[in-house]
Amino acid sequence: MPTTIEMPKLSDTMTEGTLLRWIKKVGDPVEVGDVIAEVETDKATMEMEAFDEGTLAEVYVEEGQKVQVGQKLAILTGEGEEAPKPPGESKKVGADKKEKEQTAESAAAEKKPLNKDPVRSAAEPTLESPQQSAPSAGTSQTRSKASPLARKVAAELGVELQEVSGSGPGGRIVRSDVLSAAKTEQKGPDRAKAAPTSETLKTDQRISLSGMRRTIANRLLEAKTTIPHFYLQAEIDAQPLISMRQQINSAGEAADRPKITVNDFILKATALAAAHVPQANAAFAGDAIIQYADVQLACAVAIDEGLVTPVIREAQRKSLSQISSEIKDLAARARSKKLKPEEYQGGTITVSNLGGYGVEQFFAIINPPQSVIVAVGAIVAKPVVDAQGQIVAGQRIALGLSCDHRVVDGAIGAQLLAELKRLLEIPALMLI
Amino acid sequence: MAEGPSVPNYCFMKYDLIVLGGGPAGYVGAIRAAQLGKKVACVEKERAGGTCLNWGCIPTKSLLRNAELFQLMQKRSADFGFRFDKLTYDWPKIISRSRSVADKLAGGVEFLFKKNKIDYLRGEAAIPTAGKVTYKDRNGKEETVEGDHILIATGAVAREMPGLPVNGRTVVNSHDAMIIDPQPKKLIVIGAGAIGVEFAYFFNAFGTEVTLVEMLPNVLPVEDTEISMALEKSLSKQGIKIFTNSKVAAAKAEKGQVRINLEGKQAQELQADCALIAIGVSAIVPTGVPITLDKKGFISVDDRYQTNVPGIFAAGDVIGPPWLAHVASWEAIQTVEGIFTKGFRPQRVKEFPGCTYCQPQVASIGLTERVAKEQGLKFKVGKFPFSANGKALAAGEPEGFIKILIAEPHGEVLGAHIVGPEATELIAELGLAMKLEATYEEIEATIHAHPTLSETVHEAVGAAFGEAIHI
Repeated sequence: MPTTIEMPKLSDTMTEGTLLRWIKKVGDPVEVGDVIAEVETDKATMEMEAFDEGTLAEVYVEEGQKVQVGQKLAILTGEGEEAPKPPGESKKVGADKKEKEQTAESAAAEKKPLNKDPVRSAAEPTLESPQQSAPSAGTSQTRSKASPLARKVAAELGVELQEVSGSGPGGRIVRSDVLSAAKTEQKGPDRAKAAPTSETLKTDQRISLSGMRRTIANRLLEAKTTIPHFYLQAEIDAQPLISMRQQINSAGEAADRPKITVNDFILKATALAAAHVPQANAAFAGDAIIQYADVQLACAVAIDEGLVTPVIREAQRKSLSQISSEIKDLAARARSKKLKPEEYQGGTITVSNLGGYGVEQFFAIINPPQSVIVAVGAIVAKPVVDAQGQIVAGQRIALGLSCDHRVVDGAIGAQLLAELKRLLEIPALMLI
Repeated sequence: MAEGPSVPNYCFMKYDLIVLGGGPAGYVGAIRAAQLGKKVACVEKERAGGTCLNWGCIPTKSLLRNAELFQLMQKRSADFGFRFDKLTYDWPKIISRSRSVADKLAGGVEFLFKKNKIDYLRGEAAIPTAGKVTYKDRNGKEETVEGDHILIATGAVAREMPGLPVNGRTVVNSHDAMIIDPQPKKLIVIGAGAIGVEFAYFFNAFGTEVTLVEMLPNVLPVEDTEISMALEKSLSKQGIKIFTNSKVAAAKAEKGQVRINLEGKQAQELQADCALIAIGVSAIVPTGVPITLDKKGFISVDDRYQTNVPGIFAAGDVIGPPWLAHVASWEAIQTVEGIFTKGFRPQRVKEFPGCTYCQPQVASIGLTERVAKEQGLKFKVGKFPFSANGKALAAGEPEGFIKILIAEPHGEVLGAHIVGPEATELIAELGLAMKLEATYEEIEATIHAHPTLSETVHEAVGAAFGEAIHI
């Protein structure tokens, strides 16, 4: 029997993936466990392994193409078997250019019915993500409407049609649009070198959503519109923390140990505080609330395409240095999109720190199905009234707590925040 | 109080748009503005439909249909196995059929005005100042209407020939020629543009002795030279005397006679009982506020079809060539959308089909080979004769050919030129191809039904690459 290889669901939020590269080519023998292809999901780039053996008889998607979860990618055949034509695919990927376009179109056409498949969208409910349902993929892949001549000229000049706005009938891209886009590109600043923030756009741009962007959009819209958020804030005295960090780091320097950051302290404190207030280390599950035994501490990491929240497992059991080295490693791999799904899934509480950008105070949107997110501001030097009633110079950090009121009431949130404040202001407590 | 104050003038309703002229530019522009929800008035001096419906495209197509049927029955009936012992025609009926077609369509336009709630005002319009239009009704009573925007779509009239004024009997323009009765025995047509050629064909088909005079080297001088030459040959064969490169040096109309002296390749003295002047048109510019004109007397407009006076726009024949109904309508839509649709950028006409309805028909779009060469473009030429097309042979119309210019290196269509059966219908496909920037590959990949004349389009494109099957 020929075996169909479908796009696997590589993460709980994944609805589609981009087939980056075929490692195996048509005609190659495939063993169980062989890497067949590289797939980019909304979170990371992953290797796709074979679960069957045979010969890679036919592939239905080309490199760079976005594919829905569950859509056929390829066929493995045993000896002497023929690959059947999958339904809906009128043509295989051939060397012929014209055929390629048609394949892309028929793949796009297949997307809608797949999304509506009730079996698939209900699949894989886990304890860790009781609320999660796969976000719908929306309209996805936008194909540029361009004249045949415009396509040819664009190919010749290396102009990306997605970046060209069309002036033809119905916004169609015509040759003159491609030519003027090519001109602008030549004259314009070197985009590759220019920092994304300093880049000034000559014309409005339409940037189609990446998988990650779409996930962020869907998840956070869902969070902000379905979770009854409330917010608590407190300012902590960061002086003891700064002093302790200096001690640890100067001692560590001598021993050539990596430095501990303020954020590492905050992560450690959050882990302990969440363990101390288990009602906040919890999730709303529709007809129940799940309190987690362990603190799976997620930490928001900004990357080029958006952000990802890698998870430090059982963080309440880990030492400051363990947490420090783990988050360094996770953040680095998040930036190179090398995280495995299990490394960013299943968090129970999240820390988001914008202190590095000079933000003094903010509140974050809860990352469902979690109930709490801690927003950390910058260390700010400011006048404070000390215990003696004197105005003195202080080093302060503002903490913002966003809570899901379905799970966490004000008092619980306040307890969590108070514990966090206590631990950070008397950091020695974290050693106990 | 028993009586309120009388309504002061400034309370009078203001239109969003007042269109001057109810021809293909005017009525189309008015309807589009009405579709956009605007309050519109259209002022027309004669009858809705303009020159096109009343005195141009449509009635002449009726006459030409008569001509081609008569020519077919008279000259070629034996080929088809028909025999007419005494084939005659009824000249007044030929003319009245043409008029009734025009009447029917003009009524249709008036219905469209009603349907779109456009105020149809009858009278000759003037623009005393921006925002105001006056018109005199039939009884000489002058009315004034106000509008935020004014669109001049007053069109054009046949241009007069210096030294040979139109008198409606021995010297006529196209308007007169359409209803001329009795049929002239000898006719000199001055000007071999589309209008001149169509009338030459029409009168010749009914036995008038026709001489066609053109100042430039070819008939239909704007067309591709090869096409013009093929047509010239065909018209000559049909019995029309053609003098190209010939200028009217002297002309005299007297005692029911016209005498014309030609200078050019060879001096000629022509004599006929009628001369048709078909040397182009001149703009009808409304009086009132001074509107800037170009050197040839047509209204100058900017990119948004606005004249020198803010709020006054112009479209159609009145802004200059090409004097074509379909271009006029298109310009009017560009103008109106430009005025009322936010973000709309009006465009000026670039590629448009041009059609001449003699037999064989001529139709073209885009660049001629001559112009493409002048512009230094690189291109391939694909040609295919109707004599190798099954449908053309079956219909007994093997005359003519199609010629398509394919640009290099990308293969887009630069121009297409057809002389032959149904050329004017066949050109539409190539117009679409050019608008969509199709390249030869798309045309080659399109299955054309067999047997149809349209197969010649497919074959001509193939011929450019040595891939035509049937030659």
